Amino acid sequence: MESRIFDELREIAGPRGLITSREELHTYECDGLTNFRVLPRAVLLPNSSEQVQRIVRVCHREKIPFVARGSGTGLSGGALPVENGVVISLTRMNKILEIDFTNARAVVEPGVINLDVTARVAGQGYFYAPDPSSQSVCSIGGNVAENSGGAHCLKYGFTTTHVLGLEVVLADGSLAHLGGKTLDAPGYDLMGVFVGSEGTLGIATKIILRIVKRPECVQTLLAAFPSTNEAGAAVSDTIAAGMLPAAIEMMDNLAIQAAEAAVHANYPNCGALLLVELDGPMAEVAALMAHVDEICRKNGAWEIRVAQSEEERALVWKGRKAAFAAMGRISPNYIVQDGVIPRTELPNVMREIGRLSREAGLRVANVFHAGDGNLHPLVLYDRRIAGQEETAEGLSSKILELCIAAGGSITGEHGVGEDKKKMMSKMYSEPDLETMQRVRCAFDPLQLSNPSKVFPRPRLCGEKAGEYVAHPLETAGIAERY
Amino acid sequence: MDASASQANLTSTFESDVREIVTAQHVRTATAGDAVRGVQPRLVVEPGTEQDLAKVLKLANDAGLAVIPRGGGTKLEWGNRPRRADVILSMARLDRVIEHAWADLTVNVEAGCSIGKLQEALAKHRQRLALDALWPERATVGGVLSANDSGALRLRFGSLRDLVIGVTLALPDGTVASSGGRVVKNVAGYDLPKLATGALGTLGVITRAFFRLHPLPRERRTVSCKFAEVAEAQRVMLAIQDSRLAHSGLQICCGTEMPPRVDVLFEGTEAGLAAQVEQVKGMMSGETISEDGDVWNARQEIFSTRGEADLAIAKFATLPAQLAESIEAIVRLAGANVRWSATAQATGIGWMRMEGAEAALGEMMKAIRAGLESNGGSLVIVRQPVGIAGIESWGSVADALAVMKAVKRQFDPRGTLNAGRFVGGI
Repeated sequence: MESRIFDELREIAGPRGLITSREELHTYECDGLTNFRVLPRAVLLPNSSEQVQRIVRVCHREKIPFVARGSGTGLSGGALPVENGVVISLTRMNKILEIDFTNARAVVEPGVINLDVTARVAGQGYFYAPDPSSQSVCSIGGNVAENSGGAHCLKYGFTTTHVLGLEVVLADGSLAHLGGKTLDAPGYDLMGVFVGSEGTLGIATKIILRIVKRPECVQTLLAAFPSTNEAGAAVSDTIAAGMLPAAIEMMDNLAIQAAEAAVHANYPNCGALLLVELDGPMAEVAALMAHVDEICRKNGAWEIRVAQSEEERALVWKGRKAAFAAMGRISPNYIVQDGVIPRTELPNVMREIGRLSREAGLRVANVFHAGDGNLHPLVLYDRRIAGQEETAEGLSSKILELCIAAGGSITGEHGVGEDKKKMMSKMYSEPDLETMQRVRCAFDPLQLSNPSKVFPRPRLCGEKAGEYVAHPLETAGIAERY
Repeated sequence: MDASASQANLTSTFESDVREIVTAQHVRTATAGDAVRGVQPRLVVEPGTEQDLAKVLKLANDAGLAVIPRGGGTKLEWGNRPRRADVILSMARLDRVIEHAWADLTVNVEAGCSIGKLQEALAKHRQRLALDALWPERATVGGVLSANDSGALRLRFGSLRDLVIGVTLALPDGTVASSGGRVVKNVAGYDLPKLATGALGTLGVITRAFFRLHPLPRERRTVSCKFAEVAEAQRVMLAIQDSRLAHSGLQICCGTEMPPRVDVLFEGTEAGLAAQVEQVKGMMSGETISEDGDVWNARQEIFSTRGEADLAIAKFATLPAQLAESIEAIVRLAGANVRWSATAQATGIGWMRMEGAEAALGEMMKAIRAGLESNGGSLVIVRQPVGIAGIESWGSVADALAVMKAVKRQFDPRGTLNAGRFVGGI
């Protein structure tokens, strides 16, 4: 990149808003998925929508690819820089701009931390519902890019359910407003497509969120089962009984051991632990909790506790939310997966994961959002042992193939990013992927916004045959024209 | 050969090709009853499979014919008058419930299946699509999705965008593409189900969809209360919203001869409902509290025709706290010349009907739209008197229009589907 471009970018973002030194750039070479690393050419730290627009206009004019980044906690390499590209970090845009309790709306900048929204509205009895495990550090902008979920999305829905409007900077630097404070804005639901598009359609610079009133009562039940089969049967029976808990989480023995070692959550040592949270009006929760208790016992739960205080409840959740990081206590390295299966396939898929685990000679710990069939198998390995990383990656892919074969998905909340784009062709047919990329071409025909993510192969966006000019990627044999 | 003769030729070649695909008995000449906002199509085609549908659509696209997909035909008036209409693509034969995976709370259904038929199948396992669409007996899955029609239950369960988890689309170039799938939680690839929802069939024809389901409620209770002033009704509505009640629906209904009434719907266990009903009654400061459950068809009643010559119906969106203001504006603009009624939900979405002289209705709709848009809301007109010089149905989409048009070009570059019926001339 030429120095005149650096000068121009420095002019826009200010001397402290441009990072070009190698040492400092290393901070941005990966996100939460650390096995992919690319050093960006520069990192920009804009502090306004207008600065983002001006930076993107330069990128567009100079054909420089850019990758937006929030807190960098993503687990699929979505914020991984691209070769010769720049990273646009939104961390300085961290203001909560407006809270409107009467209409239950909040307007925030993308760098605002997820949990800070709840902290800001909790006094009036409200909360922001999507709660990814990283909520104390991850940003709303990142949540929008990934359509983040969390334990409570079983009842409350995902980020997309709670985003009402977006101000976005498109890949040519223009500004567009998608959705709004009111519902059902006329026109295509571009906001619906933008949320979860992993930064490939532009950069969200302002986000209108829905905030939710805290329920009257929250109760969390913890049940110990001999194995995941019995726990899974209890989940199915709960759903079949017509209940929609706020969350249903499951951990297997290995995950329990890790969580215990890390945060001493005081979990019983059992084959599988089920955590069921019900919320709503007091009388309703009491009636349903009795029913859940009965279902768990019927399915072989040998210990059942209901968290009696807010402290106990917090501790129960602490163990669950720390489960990934806790793996460090029992294994030097691990790969987290994010497959989804129809809930009823759980026993079959668990059995197969067990078989694959034995075949590969590697341990797999399991943490699930059991209510919606979202599995987080953690493949444990030791990088220092030759060949083990490759074996772990192979096992991890096979688990995702199991999920696809069961009619599920390769990702429930972590995104495709760099990590799983090859798996996309196994989940979707070529016409499916080609059709999705039409949306990409409509938003960003030059494919500058987080290119090379999500899709296994880029689609070039020539609209008219007469204007055909071979794209550099095409002549290099990296992409092909459809 | 002049243009119209050439067009007729094209149609006849197309017609014989289509007969090959769907057999002659599923192709017929369109009648006056098939017209869409006064525009007369030539043919009605009823494909029996998704593949056949895609073939017919591609043939039409290649021949430059304009296609209007049609489900139950209940909302064909919605949207602008089509620029062109040659072929009605009827979904009538694609009406199967493909798979109700009740233990997973999902269903896979063909787009031509009526909502009523779907709900009946789901009820066998005490489940439902948590959606109170208009005219469920006739409205189809594809039509309801395309028009993004939802009612009072949206407050609790979200609208279609929150319920649909997968769609299959047939595109004008013959591509059949799926996005999403049978699992509720899925972030692999772009969320095309949301793109198709509310797109009025302008991007592709929805052929199948997956939905997440909810259990049928064990019990339902409704509490209603009348108020003298709409501002007071709104105050109570906002207080209920700000409470910890877990209501499923909350609406205000009012009109020329009808003082404001607030209705609250509770669903759940008997024990849970009893306590909530008592609590809400305490919050209802108005007169006459009734518990008549028969108030949730108010939205559909907005559409009931009693032979009025001049009738306009519109959907409006505003902030929940501005509902009273919006309704007061309707009262003011209606004056003595226009009879009106409205039903609005606590989500800020409402429906209104106006009866009066053509010119008065036209002026009134323009004024209401201007007021709503100035506050970030919208007014979508779904019926207007034939006589007036047609007001654009959708209103402004501001700076998002360029991308919307680009999306349309990518999916339907020849403008085959529902030409001109959508926003900004799309």
